[in-house]
Amino acid sequence: MDISIVSLIATLIVAATPILLAATGELIVEKSGVLNLGVEGMMIMGAICGFIAAVSTGSPLLGFCIAALSGALLSLLFAILTQYLLANQVASGLALTLFGLGLAALLGHSYSGIKPPSTPKIEWFGLSDIPVIGPIIFNHDLMIYFSLFLVFVVWIFLRFTRVGLILRAVGENHDAAHALGYKVIRRVLAIMFGGACAGLGGAYLSLIRVPQWTEGMTAGAGWIALAIVVFASWKPWRLILGAYLFGGVTILQLNLQANGFDIPVSYLSMAPYLVTIVVLVIMSADRTRASINAPASLGKIFHASS
Amino acid sequence: MIRLEPRPDPSNIMIGLTPIFAVIATMIFGGMLFVFLGKNPVDAIRMIFWDPVFGEHAFYYRGQILVKAAPLIMIALGLSFGFRAGIWNIGAEGQFIMGAVIGGATGLALYPLDSFLVFPLMIVMGSIGGLLWALIPAYLKIKFNANEILVSLMLVYVAFNFLIGMVTGPLRNPDGFNFPESRSFQDFPSAHNPELWAGTGIHWGVLITLGMVIFAYIAITRHIFGFNVRLAGQAPRAAKFAGVDPNKMIAICLGISGALAGMAGLFELTGPAGKLTTTFPVGYGFTAIIVAFLGRLHPIGILFAGLLLAITYVGGDIIQSQLSLPKASIQVFQGMLLFFLLAVDILVNFKIRIGKGISK
Amino acid sequence: MTLIALNNLTKKYPGVIANDDITFEVGKGEIHALLGENGAGKSTLVKMIYGLVQPDYGMMRLEGKGFTPSEPRTARLAGIAMVFQHFSLFEALTVAENIALGMENPPSSSILSDRITKVSYKYGLSLDPKRLVGDLSVGERQRVEIIRCLLQDPKLLIMDEPTSVLTPQEVDALFLTLRRLRDEGTSILYISHKLEEIKVLCERATILRRGKVIGTCIPKNETAKSMAEMMVGSKLKSPKKSKANFGAPILEVNNLSLKSSDPFGTALKNISFNLRAGEVMGVAGVAGNGQDELMLALSGEVLSDLNSIKLENKQIGQSNPIQRRLLGLLTAPEERLGHAAAPEMSLAENTLLSGFQRQKLGRRGFLNKPGAIAFAEKIVQQFDVRTPSVRNGAKSLSGGNLQKFVIGREILQNPKVFIVNQPTWGVDAAAAAFIRQALLELAEGGAGVLVISQDLDELMEISDSFMVLSEGQISTPRPAKGITIEAIGLMMGGTKVA
Repeated sequence: MDISIVSLIATLIVAATPILLAATGELIVEKSGVLNLGVEGMMIMGAICGFIAAVSTGSPLLGFCIAALSGALLSLLFAILTQYLLANQVASGLALTLFGLGLAALLGHSYSGIKPPSTPKIEWFGLSDIPVIGPIIFNHDLMIYFSLFLVFVVWIFLRFTRVGLILRAVGENHDAAHALGYKVIRRVLAIMFGGACAGLGGAYLSLIRVPQWTEGMTAGAGWIALAIVVFASWKPWRLILGAYLFGGVTILQLNLQANGFDIPVSYLSMAPYLVTIVVLVIMSADRTRASINAPASLGKIFHASS
Repeated sequence: MIRLEPRPDPSNIMIGLTPIFAVIATMIFGGMLFVFLGKNPVDAIRMIFWDPVFGEHAFYYRGQILVKAAPLIMIALGLSFGFRAGIWNIGAEGQFIMGAVIGGATGLALYPLDSFLVFPLMIVMGSIGGLLWALIPAYLKIKFNANEILVSLMLVYVAFNFLIGMVTGPLRNPDGFNFPESRSFQDFPSAHNPELWAGTGIHWGVLITLGMVIFAYIAITRHIFGFNVRLAGQAPRAAKFAGVDPNKMIAICLGISGALAGMAGLFELTGPAGKLTTTFPVGYGFTAIIVAFLGRLHPIGILFAGLLLAITYVGGDIIQSQLSLPKASIQVFQGMLLFFLLAVDILVNFKIRIGKGISK
Repeated sequence: MTLIALNNLTKKYPGVIANDDITFEVGKGEIHALLGENGAGKSTLVKMIYGLVQPDYGMMRLEGKGFTPSEPRTARLAGIAMVFQHFSLFEALTVAENIALGMENPPSSSILSDRITKVSYKYGLSLDPKRLVGDLSVGERQRVEIIRCLLQDPKLLIMDEPTSVLTPQEVDALFLTLRRLRDEGTSILYISHKLEEIKVLCERATILRRGKVIGTCIPKNETAKSMAEMMVGSKLKSPKKSKANFGAPILEVNNLSLKSSDPFGTALKNISFNLRAGEVMGVAGVAGNGQDELMLALSGEVLSDLNSIKLENKQIGQSNPIQRRLLGLLTAPEERLGHAAAPEMSLAENTLLSGFQRQKLGRRGFLNKPGAIAFAEKIVQQFDVRTPSVRNGAKSLSGGNLQKFVIGREILQNPKVFIVNQPTWGVDAAAAAFIRQALLELAEGGAGVLVISQDLDELMEISDSFMVLSEGQISTPRPAKGITIEAIGLMMGGTKVA
């Protein structure tokens, strides 16, 4: 058996990062009281727009920036529908996903099979040569560190800043927040942040993880990101746990396949999704905790009717 | 400044007009998209919406429209009950697959038995397959309060992988040169779902779908079940007051949508698709969600919306061959249709007012 | 000395003039009552003062200078603070966080917690800044709202129906606080419809009716009845209470214990009482003491132990609402829109909610639409429900009319037992009197009637016997005759009274 735990952990971090990025953004969106099911659509748009930008300019960094922008713009459509036109959030999110998947396929039509410019790993002056810790912590590209930094920033934002407090209040009780004079409509900014993060997550797939463009390449990653937000009980640090767990299961399954384990490939491919279901069930089963942790306004439509 | 003023009662005129607005807006913005891609917008829009019904080869296309519309409508009918009650089954695609696999496996197990009972049995088993697959999220929601959107969706990927496992393993065609596909049902007359009148595309699934539309209409307008579904979606506390058991409602709504999706899968498998392959699922389960919303969750609306979306599918094939655009581009259209419908929907419950204050 | 003066203030909405040419003023260091029935325009008026709503016409002057707040923030900065009737609190956040959200430039959290503790001590409103608001009682939550206001050193404190959720002891404590503030120079605009309280607390009262100012009076020189007549514009009818003969116990509740499904709710503990045929039993209690839970348990929306509830001789603890209706137990919950009636559905459709089985509005599951329409029309006619048609949506009715419809729907089905929660909450005086009379007539006809209400005066008027619901437990039922408000208040606060 040729599975190295160290390389397993190192690879799972890479596998987990796109979902971590998308989930971090969606956490902010949900904390503000909005359920955006369009994560999959925003991720894949980020994947193709980032890919096109990187291939056209030769700069992966620019690719990531464009990916974030495209995710934010797409989420703006969702924001207009749900916050200004008071549409049903579930239907709008699904429309966003379908639209995004189709648009990405259209844009990416002539880009399959091309290799994007590669993103270098950060040099830590030889630290990556330390056994065990080296490959796990010090042998990664910029985006991985950025994803962890993003979680940190989100945590600070929610816990210690006034704007973060207002966001939590809006997600908890948007009517009360409005009565106090806070502009609930500023949720649009939270939604766009979520879109930008999803776009980054998608670009990570097409620029680093695979790295290539294929139609439908997100393969449900956006939906898993949504599940991870629930898994994390809407607490930022737990997102890392959830994302790495999922990454772990996926990588483990790939490794087992590669090592010729006798379980047919397709059943192993099911594993990550089944694990997500189990996790969801466990988290939801504790009703008292869930009702204290889920933003109470999640999914409800708000109309300022004073 | 533009303001929204609530209407005291929903506007019936708008309920009828808004789908038309949505279609027109889609045509306009879709046309702009084609211009951006360097294609003639008028030609493209014509190819999508007009040619399938009235164009040169329409005699062939019209049959295709019915073939594609039937599963969309059948699945959407099932989904509409749950959606009205606030129960979101997003995994109809998975239930569609499982219906086909279970129903198909039943038939293949009986090969080459020659009996008129084979096909009905397969229909029943297909429905049961879809039903059971949908009862998983129902059970988890009832027992553990797990979000049915995420569970049903994850199960789509599980079902898809199950399909692959089946066609590369137990259900692989023994006489078939080792391709990952099942025996074709065209070789199995008792299990075949043929075109009943040549050139029309009408198979058993189409007929049963029409019957389902009528059934659903009666249920939603004249039966206490339909009333309770509407009540549960609009005012859950009032529904409990009236004695509606929310757990029963969850199980029944998810069950119905699963059974119908499974049935649709079976008809599709034994008819147009012909055999189980890894590319069997084409996204009907997801498109049906759009059909349900576009049809305003009403059986007659769904009938028309299903036909409209089927037309766009056929139109998508046309522009693929004539304009060399990828097949997935039609999804952009379908997504846009739903977007616009959701956007103009606000006119049903609100009036638009420009300016500040009320005129005296 | 005038603090704030309102001149010709007018606000119109489609179909109704909420405030029509309002002119009056509040002095410095004065407790000024704003009196009026539901729908008189009090809420709209104070929203204009607080900047939530802009007047169409008219002027306000604060300390002599023009005052036109475009948003609450401006009003707060000018020294106006408001405690709403429905609290703007966030249950999952702490007291300190909630208060910070209500302030313009809150200090750092440790300084804020300090100030909260100091202020709460000074005014007798004890509070722990670190507790989650969701864990607080309703009275404590109001304190959060008040402290939030006090930390801004307001010149004018507006209070909207503050005592509707307090026990008599808490009301006394609140009045002490308000008098203290007044002595320090703060003005208080006190919105209420509780005439006895206004007599005790307020120096002057401005009365609104249908959007207009009827007059300003000095409560000490008036009686409750004279002020009520000014509010309503006509003489009030007191409901007739005739002597009744009670039959055998028709509803027996035996050791009913139930956990609440709401994590912030109240569990029921060993509730036992008997309701006799022809009897009106009043259940007093401040909101949040288990009223909702008791209703849900009695209606069957929440199931309990089989033997905990007995109707005539059937044990119905495990029966669902439909089964209980068929046996003759009908209920009318507190929340009219959303619970007792579906807002988007027509009145005719709403009859199906409770009448489908019992009124034979269906056959083998198929709806009897003409039957439903006829039943709805019967309710509208007999209960004086003002609506153009039974095809109108429930949400298009005013509160009082919808309440009459909801109660009429149940009463016209001839229940053996009728249980109602807050029958006249938010209902105008004429409709309230109508409803109370209907309840009395129902009891006279032999039904057992259980009335849960926060309005002690109402309960005293119509009840034959009386109990208090406090923290999920009830006091021993006793005849209503001879009971005093003091005793009730103490029972509600939890103290046992012989």
